Amino acid sequence: MHLHKFEKIWLIFGIAMLAVFLGIVGVQAFTQGQTPAGGMEKIDPEKVDVTAPFDDPGVHQIDEDTYEVVIKAMAYGYEPSEIKVPAGKEIIFKVTSKDVIHSFTIPNTKVNMMVVPGQVNEKRYTFKEPGTFLILCNEYCGTGHHFMHTEIEVVEE
Amino acid sequence: MIIHSERGPLAGRRTSSAVAGVTAASERKLALWNIGFAYTAFLIGTFCGLLQVFMRNEMIQLPAWLDYYQVLTVHGVTLALVYTTFFIYAFLITGMSKALGSFGPKVARWSWIGFFVAAAGTVWATIEILSGRASVLYTFYAPLKASGWFYVSLALLIIGTWIISFALIAHYVKWRKANPGIMSPLFAFMTISTLAMWIIACLGVVAAVVFMYIPWAFGWVDTINVELSRTLFWFFGHPLVYFWLLPAYMAWYLVVPKLLGTKVFSDSLARLSFLLFILFSIPVGLHHQLTEPGVADFWKFLQVTLTFMVVIPTLMTAFSLFATFEISGRQKGAKGLFGWVSKLPWNDIRFTSLFIAMVFFIPGGAGGIINTSFQLNEMVHNTLWVVGHFHITVGTPVAMTFMGISFWLIPYLTGRTLTKTTKKLAFIQIISWSVGMLFMSTAQHVLGLLGAPRRTQHSNYSDHPTVLGWFDGFFSNTATLALGGIILFFSAMLLMVIVFRLWLIEPRSEKGDLYAEFPIAESDASATPRWLENWWIWIGIAVALILLAYTFPITHMIQDAPPGSKGFINW
Repeated sequence: MHLHKFEKIWLIFGIAMLAVFLGIVGVQAFTQGQTPAGGMEKIDPEKVDVTAPFDDPGVHQIDEDTYEVVIKAMAYGYEPSEIKVPAGKEIIFKVTSKDVIHSFTIPNTKVNMMVVPGQVNEKRYTFKEPGTFLILCNEYCGTGHHFMHTEIEVVEE
Repeated sequence: MIIHSERGPLAGRRTSSAVAGVTAASERKLALWNIGFAYTAFLIGTFCGLLQVFMRNEMIQLPAWLDYYQVLTVHGVTLALVYTTFFIYAFLITGMSKALGSFGPKVARWSWIGFFVAAAGTVWATIEILSGRASVLYTFYAPLKASGWFYVSLALLIIGTWIISFALIAHYVKWRKANPGIMSPLFAFMTISTLAMWIIACLGVVAAVVFMYIPWAFGWVDTINVELSRTLFWFFGHPLVYFWLLPAYMAWYLVVPKLLGTKVFSDSLARLSFLLFILFSIPVGLHHQLTEPGVADFWKFLQVTLTFMVVIPTLMTAFSLFATFEISGRQKGAKGLFGWVSKLPWNDIRFTSLFIAMVFFIPGGAGGIINTSFQLNEMVHNTLWVVGHFHITVGTPVAMTFMGISFWLIPYLTGRTLTKTTKKLAFIQIISWSVGMLFMSTAQHVLGLLGAPRRTQHSNYSDHPTVLGWFDGFFSNTATLALGGIILFFSAMLLMVIVFRLWLIEPRSEKGDLYAEFPIAESDASATPRWLENWWIWIGIAVALILLAYTFPITHMIQDAPPGSKGFINW
């Protein structure tokens, strides 16, 4: 198969760039823990209210620098509706759904999680600055989908 | 060796067994029926698009019997699924008849049956959606539960496309048997690559619909495995976008050089790039599921890596296209590094439309790299950014290529010509589509980065300050999105006028009329290695890659599944 000389250069350069790029993404993912939301924990979608930790939704301090925020999503809202966390601490969001697929999304942050019934999704995030952030659902969940939102208040330590 | 004859389907007599005349008329008619169906969907779909941009700005109120999400579902289904699919088959049917000779009676009969099955499925699905029994959007994610008949109608649509696909494959097999030892014409090779990918890809969605959704929606089983259903959907969902793109690539590889008066740059590389698309378009669906639980990071990352492999055939395609431009320009006497640009046939609407389509694919492809970049996906997943992305991939590179094809394919099929007036209208149409899309997709990209969700009716979210940023500024403004949408709708209606004129009003073409020809460039296959056309090798590698990428995650989803979900009808 004949390859034009310029095409060889073009393809070798392109493939090399691809390798470098994938290498960077991979190193960030697996040595620095920069992975998107995920998790392998499962749950009975009919028994969310009586299954730990979702029987006690809300903010829990785990240790000095870590907080866990447990959220239940349902058409068309989140429980609890009031969430207050400190800035500068690592927050572990744990979400699941009581009905259909939703999302738990905080615009202008890296928190953008699919909420799938039967599964627990997890994401670690640290808010740098205090403020009131919007939380919204960006996966269609029914006629009231666009009403599904709440807020998270990030306060000074 | 010259592979492509210059004769149309009516004159196609390359194969001895074909009954020229009767069947050729049938193919022409079949292609026109497909195009008619495609443009009917286009009319409905673009009208729904207009309604949506108005609703996003609260400029109109829908009647009580119709809601935003129904309009959105119809918009997505009619344009992304119906317009594309039926137009693609019209193009492939016409080209296969030209490249390999007219269809035999069996191929012709099954192509018609496939068309009617697919059309019936489509009409039925549309009725289910409009009557409010299936407001599940075109991804129909469980456990939102539509009526069982909605899933049956979807299955019919897919089965219809399979029937046409196998008819075209049978036509090809017959040609191979009649021409042993010869590489098939490039158009036929590319068609078979596209169809092979489509058939394998559909296995995922067919498995989900037949074994999961239908028993669940009719109440034969109580619950559904949600994560598995999503994964099978995306097994199909990503190659679906390549099913739209590859026919556009066929036009770029085969039609463009002909319009430039030159040959295909490299026959073997063109074939290789299509084969690489078969390999790397399917084992990659998890990159649509990066932000969800139930799949380990390793498998997500593996599929991200496989997704990126399509960069290679894309770079090959880009090189071929620009090489073609430069070679033809230099043949016409261009000097200097970029002198060939001015030698391109800008006055030829068949060329200019395809060229603009390619230009849109540059930011479109770059955006795609961002979307699939593992961590980066979190910034854009399910935001308006993604909507902006597919409007400058399928919505312009693919759709505008189909428009550019329509300008000669319809005259070719109806035996009419493209007059000066229609040509002017076509230029206005293409330019207005470009301008409208530039406004709309840029606004969508910017709004997405600011967090505006996709697939969401207008909402002020209790007047949160984040939302105010979506109505402020020029490109960061929902009104700019609407402005683009209005221009696009104008362009779409102009296209309908052009299609109507080419079909029924334009004068009959005379002999030698360029616009009434099917332009296919010559491709020199004399140095092309034979193993490139050994389908067993390539389909074998494709299956191996699919098994590598999916066996473990899917086995896990089945064996370690949480209790299933019952259905919800949230509308």
